[in-house]
Amino acid sequence: MHFEYNVEGGDFTNAGTTSSVVKKMMKQLGVDMGIVKRTVVALYEAEVNIVAHAYRGVIYVDLEEDHVCIKLVDEGPGIPDIAKAMQKGYSTASPQVREMGFGAGMGLPNMQSNADKLNVTSEVGKGTTVEIINYF
Amino acid sequence: MKIEEITSLISGAVVEGSDTPQMEVDCAFASDLMSDVLTLRTDKNVMLITGLCNTQTIRTCEMSDIKVIMFARGKKVTEEMKELAEDDEMLLIETPLSLYKVAGILYGAGLPGVY
Repeated sequence: MHFEYNVEGGDFTNAGTTSSVVKKMMKQLGVDMGIVKRTVVALYEAEVNIVAHAYRGVIYVDLEEDHVCIKLVDEGPGIPDIAKAMQKGYSTASPQVREMGFGAGMGLPNMQSNADKLNVTSEVGKGTTVEIINYF
Repeated sequence: MKIEEITSLISGAVVEGSDTPQMEVDCAFASDLMSDVLTLRTDKNVMLITGLCNTQTIRTCEMSDIKVIMFARGKKVTEEMKELAEDDEMLLIETPLSLYKVAGILYGAGLPGVY
C-alpha cells in the first residue's frame, strides 16, 4: 500500500497529523504494537523536523507485508554537516521550535534508535531526504 | 495508582476523558521537553506530568502510547487539545500545583518514576 502526505513548514498546529494517520493504519493492519511505536516515534520526529526546519515536504509511506518504508522529502535549507546533526545535543532550532518542546538536538539520534534502517541525505539550499525502514 | 487517588492528592481535576475506577498508572515521568518524552522505553502505563501545554504535548503522548497527561501550575487545556486527546482516548488532568510539588507528592505517595 502506498500513501502520500503533504507537510507545510512552520505549521505546528498540524505537525504530527501524518504520524497519527500512519499509527492508526498500522494498528488496523495488526502490526506488533512495539514496532508501531518505534515507527511512529521516528516518523513523528522526522515530521516535526520538516515543520521546524523546511519550507514544505512530502511523506511517502509504503506499507508492505514484512516492512514499512517511509520517505520524507523536504524542500528547505538542507543540512550542511549530517554527521554533526546526528550528534546528541546539536541543534539549529529556532526559539519557537524550542517553545513547542523540541529543538534539544535529540531528534535524529532518536530516529536512529527507533529505525531498523535510517538514511539521511541532504543538499544545502535544496532540501533533505530521510528514509526510515522498519521490519515486522 | 488510581486516577482518583492522584487527583485528590494534588487537588487536580480531570478535564478530558472519563476516569473509571479501574483506571490506573504504573509510573510517571515529568518533563517539559517533548524530545525527552519521545525517548522513553517502557511498556508500562505512564503518566506525563508537564508544564508544556500545547497540541504537540498531546501528539507526543499519542506517539509514545501515554494515555494520561497532567498539566501543572494552572495550565489550561485548550479545546483543540481536548479534541486530539479524545480521538486517542486520553485522560487530561489539570492541577494548580507546581511540577516540582506534584512530582514530590506523588512520588512520596508511592507512584514511581519511569527510571
